[in-house]
Amino acid sequence: MSAVELLIGAEGAPARLLLRDVRAIDPRTSLAARLDVRVRQGAIAELADPETLVQDEHEELIDGGGRLALVPAFFDPHVHLRTPGQEHKEDIDTGTRAAAAGGFAGVIAMPNTDPVLDSAPLLRSVRDAAARQAHVRVGFLAAITRGLAGEQLTEMAELRREGALGFTDDGKPVQSAGMLRKALQYQRLCGGVIALHEEDPTLSRGGHMNEGALSAALGIAGIPTLAESTMVARDAAIAGYEGARVHFQHLSCAASVNALAAAKTAGVRASGEVSPHHLLLTDEAVRSLDTRMKMHPPLTAEEDRIALIEGLRDGTIDCVATDHAPHARDEKEVPFEQAPMGTTGLETAFAALYTELVLPGVLPLELLLERMGAGAALFGLPANAIEPGASANLALLDLDAEWIAGEHGWHSRAENCCFAGRLLRGRVLLTLSAGAISHRDRHPAMAEA
Amino acid sequence: MNHLLSIADLDRQAIERIVSQAERFAEVSDRDIKKVPALRGRMVLNLFYEASTRTRSSFELAAKRLSADVVNFAASGSSVEKGESLKDTVLTLSAHKPDAIVLRTPWAGASELVSRWCSAAIVNAGDGKHEHPTQALLDVYTLRRRLGEIDGARIWIVGDVAHSRVARSNVLAFQRMGAQVTVAGPPTLIPREIEALGCEVRYTLDELHRADVVYALRMQHERMSETWVPSIREYAAWYQINAQRLKPDQVLMHPGPVNRGVELSGEVVDSPQAIITAQVEAGVVVRMAVLYELLAGAHEGAHPPPAPAGAASAAGAGAAEIQNPSGVVEGQPA
Repeated sequence: MSAVELLIGAEGAPARLLLRDVRAIDPRTSLAARLDVRVRQGAIAELADPETLVQDEHEELIDGGGRLALVPAFFDPHVHLRTPGQEHKEDIDTGTRAAAAGGFAGVIAMPNTDPVLDSAPLLRSVRDAAARQAHVRVGFLAAITRGLAGEQLTEMAELRREGALGFTDDGKPVQSAGMLRKALQYQRLCGGVIALHEEDPTLSRGGHMNEGALSAALGIAGIPTLAESTMVARDAAIAGYEGARVHFQHLSCAASVNALAAAKTAGVRASGEVSPHHLLLTDEAVRSLDTRMKMHPPLTAEEDRIALIEGLRDGTIDCVATDHAPHARDEKEVPFEQAPMGTTGLETAFAALYTELVLPGVLPLELLLERMGAGAALFGLPANAIEPGASANLALLDLDAEWIAGEHGWHSRAENCCFAGRLLRGRVLLTLSAGAISHRDRHPAMAEA
Repeated sequence: MNHLLSIADLDRQAIERIVSQAERFAEVSDRDIKKVPALRGRMVLNLFYEASTRTRSSFELAAKRLSADVVNFAASGSSVEKGESLKDTVLTLSAHKPDAIVLRTPWAGASELVSRWCSAAIVNAGDGKHEHPTQALLDVYTLRRRLGEIDGARIWIVGDVAHSRVARSNVLAFQRMGAQVTVAGPPTLIPREIEALGCEVRYTLDELHRADVVYALRMQHERMSETWVPSIREYAAWYQINAQRLKPDQVLMHPGPVNRGVELSGEVVDSPQAIITAQVEAGVVVRMAVLYELLAGAHEGAHPPPAPAGAASAAGAGAAEIQNPSGVVEGQPA
């Protein structure tokens, strides 16, 4: 169905690089070796034993010293680039700079913009903008229903032909089961993954945080995890009945993981994602009423967090997605109940998960790397790989480097990051997107030759 | 103490200090001339984002009795209606250099936020459904006067706990003072896991006879349209405090304003067990004590500035003042 490229970005100058003696790790091919890696004309030109390739005169040399890690660049299937209409929060330029700084070479942008991305002309215009401004490759999901109103399907077939990767009403659920069923039936014509923000608004209405002892003490209306898990179960059943392909976004609780596991066992073509903040924080972080800790779905209880980690480990949850949700400072500098939902996440995702899950031995590094790249395949896109001839979508990491999140500002236009101020280990030194350098850290090893 | 943001921030000692100070101020209230010069030249700003008659006027009266200047700023009819943010409003009003800001908003944690944005002492006069600490302090004051000691008292807080900042502050304050607190009400109006505050939970009034004190909460009519309970009639049938349910040795409290015939029957409001008007009276002296604590640094042993000779007629909107306040503010508790 796709005569058009599904991922789109500005053409960067193809890098000519020799990455000498790097620790190449590609979990999909079980590659773990010290290698010299040559990048040329947008692709991985050559892999060789360490210190065997000779730098040519047009080539920049970066010496990994047997220590720096080279991994397939990450892929984030859930970001908000806020374009069009909310460029005071973020735009394609700043959002994709943030992505590159986090080691991502590809992202999928959500359609809950202003106006909502629900028509082919709008999709064409944002793709045009991405072709000029995006520092990494961007794919777009279009809305399932016009204006996210839940009442009428968008022209899904035309949107697919114009390059929509799939559909979502993210930010809102498709409340009507009948409406969702029609969308899933129509998927047989148009294809494309239908991604679902799961929330029963009759259960979550008026809520600003997870329901529990803390919401009771703070007098803030709580959102029960039921609001999500009952909808995951409902929609998995509808998808199973229709034989449809669905993806559950930003799962936040144990009951949702169980519902997804049951759906997969029953043969439903379902996948799921989880955010770094739901893997690392609980509603206890809300005690101070720091509005950076206000997101949708809300931070949940410790037992939910543990279940999400287990779900990611055993593959029930397929991938990590940041749900990067930038907001302007003055929008977040308000009382908790007035603040919009969302945290940024692109620039901290890997380091936060590496620091809090890999270093303490909760998850293996290879598993984290796999789950941070698996989102591409879920949307029918090729996975990034370290192999000769592959498009050079790579991230060079210093796993020993320590940094304080946000200490020197952000590439994102927004600063509402729930990990701001944390001491993190693991830093992205260089990101290559389709063979072009999309991010270069201010690091001695990275000074341009 | 720099601010009064929540009862959760206070230990028993701090509560007792404020209540004892209020008792000293109560003596002044019984005199013909009710004003002391303790906060002369200080400015108290009342910033109210919600309608309030009794709390606001009680703070205003308290500040005036301490000879402070008072400015009232209501959000309705102001720049707030033109879209100004809380922060911008606070920064703008801070240009007038208030010494204290008394703040009521519909948002939990707003007073703490404001305390970070300006140098004034912040008094939380209600932040959303979170806390209403001066109400709890005046309730402790009133109850202590009635019972002597609160230690060991069994106190039932009855009604719409979910939407009540009074309930949260009072559960904490009564427990700090040694009481055993039970909250009771319709299951739809008792927040899940409220037990984490240390109180017990009941969904019926079957054991209400065990209480020494019954504290009824206001039942707001809009809760019906939001279907929290089926009807006022059914609510009253199950949870109204009336002559059948209230025993002669029990004390009845209510934060006001009362819905007669809903949470309380008319007869109990007018009964000798009710100390509802004493609560209102306590409002002024307790808020005087709070402002005094924050602005005069009473806990550090500092003394209020002595009244300069001849100052009495110069300050305070023509109100007469007590020339020598020492017998009041430094005297022994009654």
